[in-house]
Amino acid sequence: MTARRKARGRLPLILLIPALIGLAFLVVPLAGLIVRAPWSTLPSQLFSPEVGEALRLSLVCASLATVICLVLGVPLAWVLARGDLPGRGVLRALVTVPLVLPPVVGGVALLLVLGRRGPIGQYLDSWFGISLPFTTAGVVIAEAFVAMPFLVISVEGALRAADPRYEEAAATLGASRWLTFRRVTLPSIAPGIVAGTVLCWARALGEFGATITFAGNFPGETTTMPLAVYLALESDPDAAIVLSMVLLIVSVVVLASLRDRWIRGVS
Amino acid sequence: MPNLRSRVSLVVAALALAGCGSEAPSGDGGNTGGAVTVFAAASLTESFTKLGSEFEAAKPGTKVTFNFAGSSALAQQIDQGAPADVFASAAPANMKQVSDAGGVSGDPVTFVRNRLEIAVPKGNPAGITGLVDFANAGRKIALCDEKVPCGAAAKKVFEAAGLTAAPDTLEQDVKAALTKVRLGEVDAALVYRTDVKAAGSDVDGIAFPEADKAVNDYPIATLAKAPNATTAGAFVQFVLSERGRAVLGEAGFDTP
Repeated sequence: MTARRKARGRLPLILLIPALIGLAFLVVPLAGLIVRAPWSTLPSQLFSPEVGEALRLSLVCASLATVICLVLGVPLAWVLARGDLPGRGVLRALVTVPLVLPPVVGGVALLLVLGRRGPIGQYLDSWFGISLPFTTAGVVIAEAFVAMPFLVISVEGALRAADPRYEEAAATLGASRWLTFRRVTLPSIAPGIVAGTVLCWARALGEFGATITFAGNFPGETTTMPLAVYLALESDPDAAIVLSMVLLIVSVVVLASLRDRWIRGVS
Repeated sequence: MPNLRSRVSLVVAALALAGCGSEAPSGDGGNTGGAVTVFAAASLTESFTKLGSEFEAAKPGTKVTFNFAGSSALAQQIDQGAPADVFASAAPANMKQVSDAGGVSGDPVTFVRNRLEIAVPKGNPAGITGLVDFANAGRKIALCDEKVPCGAAAKKVFEAAGLTAAPDTLEQDVKAALTKVRLGEVDAALVYRTDVKAAGSDVDGIAFPEADKAVNDYPIATLAKAPNATTAGAFVQFVLSERGRAVLGEAGFDTP
């Protein structure tokens, strides 16, 4: 009784305990990675050409995928939030399917459609000589497919939360729809876009299933860090731990720095 | 860490005891019965599933459960204390990993051999003729990554042939390489002969002489911590029997 009364003013104990267990559940495995790391051979493995190549490829592909997601995803979010379309609920559900779909299923779908025997891929191949599987472009597409819903959802949420009266005011003052979008809507949802971009980039960086299924695995072209980790685990678990740590550190640094600078400051 | 390890071994010991307990009434005079868990390489999926149901039919009261996966993953699971009775590995190295850790009872026996074959999509649309096509950068080629057994075997084959392969992708296991052939996304891949057979009419196989240089041995053994050692031994004997060899032979394996 007394404990409960005392806690009511601050954190209820009944929430604090599961919260701490939850925190430990998420953090302890990552700490275990650091504990198990082969510190003596770490530098030589860290600066090996293979690691550098995979890391570079991961960063480049995740960034390109994020650019694609921004160019296509922000307008898509706008249509979902503001467009007056029939069946918008169904559309939104379709857009978010890749969020819950196992990535490997996404990879199979991409391979069947964009592969050189697929309904789109065969024409890409015969008309333009473009074959997407087993190329860096394929990695970018696989990552964009999996990551774009994260951006769309964030931006759509921001659009729904934004007050439409500013846009209406701009319109009554004679601004065109495009001008209103650029000068009023976009700035008002900037924090949402930044948050979505960070999530999208981080998701693309960690993408594994769709990438290995659709883009295959070839060093320097399609072997991103997650693929390198998976294959290293087959023969050299220590190398896999080192690669995992690199990926973990890059992710934490990016998420932490961007969160502090953008998301917390604005919201 | 030691805490965790001792806890895992406790669980294993408990499972082992439970297994012995249920088996005790039948005595140790070779009577078989109860459940047996077989950890087997993914390439054995089709043939071992068949052998498992034949074994159950031949020895009423037995139940064979399989865990099919890559041999290295299986070896790690066994080392971590997974309650398995039998391990059938696609590579001696993975069996050695388990036996070095004291996980094997008796000596592992090589029960089949597997060799590589070129897999091409049905009808061979790219006109692949032999191993030399794998050195042609213009071809779309899938190989296994060198870190998995089929990739290591492919490496030996190319060394024997004096060729430098020009793959477009290094797949994470042999079935993934085969899938790229089935879908027609690559012109050819190097897989096991058994995989070509298992793929049926989707895929054509081309044998090549250098395959003799990279024949893969498959060892099988009962495990030291087998919860049901008697039935495990009987299953291994069944795999090594005339009937077992026949089923494995049909799947495309060579007998040693």
